[in-house]
Amino acid sequence: MANWSLHGWLERNAFALLIGILIVVSIGGLVEIVPLFWMKSAIEKVEGMRPYTPLELAGRDIYIREGCYVCHSQMIRSLRSEVDRYGHYSLAAESMYDHPFQWGSKRTGPDLARVGGKYSDEWHRMHMADPRSVVPESVMPGYPFLADTPLDYRHIAERLKTERLVGVPYTDDMIQHAKDDLLAQLDPEADTDGLIARYGEKVKVRDFDGNPKMVSELDALIAYLQMLGTLVDTQAFDVRQGDNDR
Amino acid sequence: MDGAREGGMGLAKAGTIAIFVLGLIWALVTAAHAWDRPMQVHALLFVVFFAIGIAQLAAFRPPADRSHYNVKIVKYGVVASVFWGIVAFLVGVVIALQLAFPALNLDTAITNFGRLRPLHTSAAIFAFGGNVLIATSFWVVQRTCRVRLAGEIAPWFVFWGYNFFIILAATGYLMGVTQSKEYAEPEWLTDLWLTIVWVVYLLVFLITLARRKEPHIYVANWFYLAFIVTIAMLHLGNNAAIPLSPFSSKSVIVYAGAQDALIQWWYGHNAVGFFLTAGFLGIMYYFVPKRAERPVYSYRLSIIHFWALIFLYIWAGPHHLHYTALPMWTQVLGATFSVMLWMPSWGGMLNGLLTLKGAWDKLRTDPVIRMLVVSVAFYGMSTFEGPAMSMHWVNSLSHYTDWTIGHVHSGALGWVGFVSFGALYCLAPWVFGRKRLYSLALVEWHFWLSTLGILLYITAMWVSGIMQGLMWRSYDALGFLEYSFAETVAAMHPYYIIRAIGGGLYLIGALIMAWNIYMTAKGRIRRREPLAEFAPAAA
Repeated sequence: MANWSLHGWLERNAFALLIGILIVVSIGGLVEIVPLFWMKSAIEKVEGMRPYTPLELAGRDIYIREGCYVCHSQMIRSLRSEVDRYGHYSLAAESMYDHPFQWGSKRTGPDLARVGGKYSDEWHRMHMADPRSVVPESVMPGYPFLADTPLDYRHIAERLKTERLVGVPYTDDMIQHAKDDLLAQLDPEADTDGLIARYGEKVKVRDFDGNPKMVSELDALIAYLQMLGTLVDTQAFDVRQGDNDR
Repeated sequence: MDGAREGGMGLAKAGTIAIFVLGLIWALVTAAHAWDRPMQVHALLFVVFFAIGIAQLAAFRPPADRSHYNVKIVKYGVVASVFWGIVAFLVGVVIALQLAFPALNLDTAITNFGRLRPLHTSAAIFAFGGNVLIATSFWVVQRTCRVRLAGEIAPWFVFWGYNFFIILAATGYLMGVTQSKEYAEPEWLTDLWLTIVWVVYLLVFLITLARRKEPHIYVANWFYLAFIVTIAMLHLGNNAAIPLSPFSSKSVIVYAGAQDALIQWWYGHNAVGFFLTAGFLGIMYYFVPKRAERPVYSYRLSIIHFWALIFLYIWAGPHHLHYTALPMWTQVLGATFSVMLWMPSWGGMLNGLLTLKGAWDKLRTDPVIRMLVVSVAFYGMSTFEGPAMSMHWVNSLSHYTDWTIGHVHSGALGWVGFVSFGALYCLAPWVFGRKRLYSLALVEWHFWLSTLGILLYITAMWVSGIMQGLMWRSYDALGFLEYSFAETVAAMHPYYIIRAIGGGLYLIGALIMAWNIYMTAKGRIRRREPLAEFAPAAA
């Protein structure tokens, strides 16, 4: 067959082979990925989404640092048994400010997409210190050191700035007051007007680790966990509206 | 001509030293101004790397006789591969035991499962797999092009630079430096370093190809080239990030949410497809016909399945995201192409297996060819299981469960592991200048222990994974979910133990291999081995 000699030409020309390979392997990615950035329907139109507060962002950084995503997913699938167990299936909009996404790929432990508000702060403190104290069957490692480690938030303003560079809508006001807002979120007695004005009424303001003397990594982590899945009113989400059914 | 080469050599050496000096200065400044401990540690590691590099370069003398193949670089690669393999399998056994007995986490940051898991996955894929690929590609491209490897400094930069990347990644994970993107966990600085090393790797490989004396580029090299080039594309695409500062270890990924999910799995599935498949098919296409002393079964099949494989694989990413917030049209494309991918994969399997035509008896007498052929059989198994799991209705059960882990390890231990061991066993006598391996009986032990280990591993994970999936979706007679999540965790326990035993056997097999190769390097032959043993002539 004459066609085979075309391949013979590719085999005798290293550079042509290289270009041929590059062209062929580029196609799939372009077709699947590019439309996701152009299609408005990729992200549903919902109310309630906001960027993470500085404290929550710090907590998320700890979640990533300790590898929590290795055992916990944050993506409730549109399957009946998942919705019954975890709540409304996760919307794309709910992770639109997650740089990078935390959907996870394994459930050695349960999904955490809507863990916010499910357990008390005290439960989380006990669970982090020794998981088996609240869940005897658990195989999770313990993280007692988080309660004793002061949170390093020296660069929290730069953190928000870099998030803004990649598209998260932090305002100048939010960046300027990053440290203040972080501290205010831990102290209900403090002046939280600025924090609420910037991030909304639903922001949870509590001393999450139960230790008012220190801003700890546990404070940040629990603050993050307690807001997961709580931003969007899923009851108001109507899958039959517009492009919501994808 | 020689004078020009020497002049070029002098320029390359001086240029590289100059760059390393700049690097040393950068590293010292960064260590002094680092925003966090991990960045400081990494900067100091760079100081050590560049300092040693400058000293080595200054003392470097290229070999006087460059008319022979560069075997020394492959020898180093063989040693590195065996070392990292043992590290990878050991960490794997540790984390497997942690899941069975959580007290083994010790509840400290550095020893907890969350930080050790990427240590295992990166050690297996990049440290072990990567060194096997670099070593074998440097061997194969020289022999099939009948020309010495391009560059005298560059290949060594690739080898040491790549292994330094491993050190950066590993120390990073232990310090909590991770982007949380699977198989792309290293942060921006380590990613940048890998990019530099990879560009040099591509140049060494490509220039060697361009200088070849053999008119046609052999099929193994198409697969190696596709692996090198596609990994570059995937690495750059997936890791696009903005560092908080040149002095911060942390960066922010440019993508978010569903878009990031798709880009991650475009990368993640093709890390499997091109790093662990295309590259290792390159290994298969050289070492199987070589050891069997038979030509590859079909030239035309190799053409068809090569192009079909590299085209179709790229589309498969979305099958990691079924029923998630990724749009359904993308999921369906991923599923469909994943199912189609079964065909070129089996094309490769058939080409490899049928190369044994006329030499099937070797499976009985030569444990090295047996390991290579069994690896191809596991490849066929994994590339059937994969498309099956890519279909929505199967995936709805398997996703997030141990079945995925079982699937990964049948491919990793069965295909990647065994084809690597086979290649290392072929290479060892050649690179150490020996007539044969120290012992073929020890290869038999390795083969049988590891095969048993694989079978224990994957069957345990099939049972636990499917059980998990079924328990999660099980309803009682009143219409409520039957099992709490904690109950499903408790049910996993015996299978976690069996899996750890399976992995332990695999590790023991690798230790036997290390011993065998070490004794081969020393030039010993096991006393009880029959002399008229099958041993193919040195290449």
